[in-house]
Amino acid sequence: MHFRKQMAALTIGAAALGGVAAPAVAQHEGVTVNILTRPGYVIAGPLVERGKDFEALTGAKIVVTEVPFAEIFPKIQNDWATGTNSIDVGVFAAGWGVELDAAGLLEDLDPYVAADDKIDLDDIAPYFREFGQKVGGKTKLLMVDGDFQMVYYRTDVLTEAGVEPPVTWEDYLDVAGKIHGMDMNGDGEADYGSCIFKKRNAQSYFAIQTFAAPIVQTNGTAQGFHFDNATMKPLINNAGWKKAFELYKATGEFGPPEELNMDIGDTRALFKAGRCGLLVEWGDPGTLQLDDDASSIKGKLFAIAAIGSREVLDRETGALVPATAESAPHSIDGVNYSPFAAFGGWAGAINKKADAATKAAAYDFLSYMNQPAQSGVDVTIGATGYNPYRVSQLASTDKWVEAGMPQALADNYLGAINGALANPNMSSDMKIPGAQQYTAVVLDTQLARYLAGEITVEEALENIEEGWEEITEDFGRDEQVEAQALALGSE
Amino acid sequence: MTSYENTRQPRPFSAGAGTRDRLGEWVDKHSGTFFIAPAVTLILIFAIFPTIYSIFFALSRVRWSGDGLKFRYVGFRNFSKQFFGSAEQHFLGRLDISVFGWVLFGIIAAAVLWWLIRSVRITTWVGMIGRSISAAMAIFLAYILCASLISGNNIGTLYTTLFYVLVGCAIQFVIGTGLAFLCSQPISGKNFFRVIFFIPLMITPLGVGYAMRMVADVTKGPFEPVLGFLGLGDWVWSADAWSARFMMMVSDSWQWIPFIFICMLAALENIPRDHVEAAQVDGASSVQIFREITWPQVLPVAVTVLLIRMIEAFKIVDLPNIMTGGGPGSATESMTLNSMYIWRANDLGGSAAIAYLLLILTVVVCASFFNYVVMGQIRKPKS
Repeated sequence: MHFRKQMAALTIGAAALGGVAAPAVAQHEGVTVNILTRPGYVIAGPLVERGKDFEALTGAKIVVTEVPFAEIFPKIQNDWATGTNSIDVGVFAAGWGVELDAAGLLEDLDPYVAADDKIDLDDIAPYFREFGQKVGGKTKLLMVDGDFQMVYYRTDVLTEAGVEPPVTWEDYLDVAGKIHGMDMNGDGEADYGSCIFKKRNAQSYFAIQTFAAPIVQTNGTAQGFHFDNATMKPLINNAGWKKAFELYKATGEFGPPEELNMDIGDTRALFKAGRCGLLVEWGDPGTLQLDDDASSIKGKLFAIAAIGSREVLDRETGALVPATAESAPHSIDGVNYSPFAAFGGWAGAINKKADAATKAAAYDFLSYMNQPAQSGVDVTIGATGYNPYRVSQLASTDKWVEAGMPQALADNYLGAINGALANPNMSSDMKIPGAQQYTAVVLDTQLARYLAGEITVEEALENIEEGWEEITEDFGRDEQVEAQALALGSE
Repeated sequence: MTSYENTRQPRPFSAGAGTRDRLGEWVDKHSGTFFIAPAVTLILIFAIFPTIYSIFFALSRVRWSGDGLKFRYVGFRNFSKQFFGSAEQHFLGRLDISVFGWVLFGIIAAAVLWWLIRSVRITTWVGMIGRSISAAMAIFLAYILCASLISGNNIGTLYTTLFYVLVGCAIQFVIGTGLAFLCSQPISGKNFFRVIFFIPLMITPLGVGYAMRMVADVTKGPFEPVLGFLGLGDWVWSADAWSARFMMMVSDSWQWIPFIFICMLAALENIPRDHVEAAQVDGASSVQIFREITWPQVLPVAVTVLLIRMIEAFKIVDLPNIMTGGGPGSATESMTLNSMYIWRANDLGGSAAIAYLLLILTVVVCASFFNYVVMGQIRKPKS
């Protein structure tokens, strides 16, 4: 209730100050928009809250249905492909739009955007505007959240241990080793140097890509780090990914004993309780540390835009070479950085087969969520799960400080996000047909088996290579080459 | 009586009997077929048809499109992937057979073949087909076991499933039967225990999974102080393959022991008291009464209950999905869970292929158990 009041007050205030025109009253009277998304308050909650405001403004009724995360994609695909059409809008990972669009299921939003004078498209950060919202050059989704993974560190813990924040993954291990076992929350118990969600069928496969990206991708976003884009041969069974796997596993030495069975909910509970010195996460901890149940870490959890690598993969020789201006043109001081846009952010897409009135109301609602007046408030509240994706949200720390963020943390947090978004070597999540199979099944399974000691790193990488080849063959190599070019913007 | 029998006799047609009479006679003659036809039709539509339709999935690469599903025939590729492709280790485990593994496999294979050869003299050719299938499955499973677990390698989802079925069901059967035997005795408060023992069966597997996950949490669960006292504060069951499988089996047993319990209790309470009393009069001990009177009479029920439980156990999915997500690695992943994960990623063909492999495994193992164990025990009292 407290959050609802806070959000309503901020919205009304923002609308009043910003002179945001409300949609015409009763414009969508009698229209119901059915939205499917993930369960719980995160992501779904603001859709419900904003939906009530939107209904008061336009007459359109917003109905939000929540299903387990793993069910979202198959349910939407099934509903839209079979013509059931009980769902009008899906709010899901931006990257999933490619496969749905390939099946001809997504409404082209460009005509709506052209007639929309409130969305302020230029204010959306280029990565999310071009890679998140567009498929094949056309706008097919509207972001409600901007996602990429960062590393967070406890400033008080590192200061006490006399160590600097990590720059490379080797530094990460070094720092984690030095702070592991310290009492980080004053409860008399030893706490953990590193916390990463390593449970299978959860988010672990995103984190490993965050480790691999700065080692494998050196020449900008369009280069990618999963495949040889010309042939779609997997670029995984090599020294770069091997090193990433080994580094990733090594972090477990400084993590909670049950880390292999921890998903993001578990690690968030740990860091909010003050038990983690370092962690890999999305943008959420920046605002989650302001929650009442995270009082022991408020203002102490700082972000690093990206952890880099001093060695990068030479794709011709397959060996690791020092990061130089030649081998890694975007490297800085011999360190190659590649912030990984894991998941790509939550975005809304409209069912192409919905009726015209519903599609119009659905677009207006997604636009309403996306517009600076609303999204600028939502991203400052940790409970929403929404992270910044607009330039205006990142231009000033004022709103963040107003939301309760200490100035120093606001400077650090926005600085980290801005730094990542401005990085020309930002690495993109996989956005081709079968992306779920490539990553959430094959990569995730082999990674989990390697972490559990079932197989060696060499076997894991060989299995992934073979599995990815099978998927590419299934979908058609030429089609996948084309899809990859579109996904990475290299065509 | 005579009158009733007369009405059952077909009436002779008189010369010039009408079509109506003949139709009535025909309908009367086939009435059984007419009555059963709706049920058979419904079964065909809702049970058999989906099973057959899924074969198309298993043999295809299936993709969604704006016009529905699109099938591309890929032959047995979805199946071969499980045995020779990228999923081989995941499904079968690491197959690197040791010398001891070869020796053990040789012994098992020889025993199975000897049993098969002996069968020639005692069964029909139809029976030989069935026994050959059972023998082939036994030799295949023996090789996988000897090449993986016996040779010190990891097992795959195939043997993880069989672990839940064979070891889990055996433990559940022993404990469930033991509890039923205790509750069938004239002890005070037995009705209270009957209700208590039965409760877990009424809880949804999802609820059991979450409850067990909380109970088994070594850092915040109720047993955390006990583990700390025993010096096992850093021990984590979910990080070790066998302790995770064992925990899964304990959770599954907690839910399903009541099923064995209630069935066996009913069987035990149906044993005529006069048989037992006669044995007592003859001076038989409790052990003798159990071995010679009680057990033979409940045996047909026992093996049937075990068969039903095994069929159910092959489908275990909720507990490993909730408690470990199939981990650590793929240690607790059953074939059903594997099929579900692949389905979630839209590989409908791969998912259907695994479902068919599970179906084949379940049918052969359970049919073998039924033919060679259940039927044997059911026929025994009659002979």
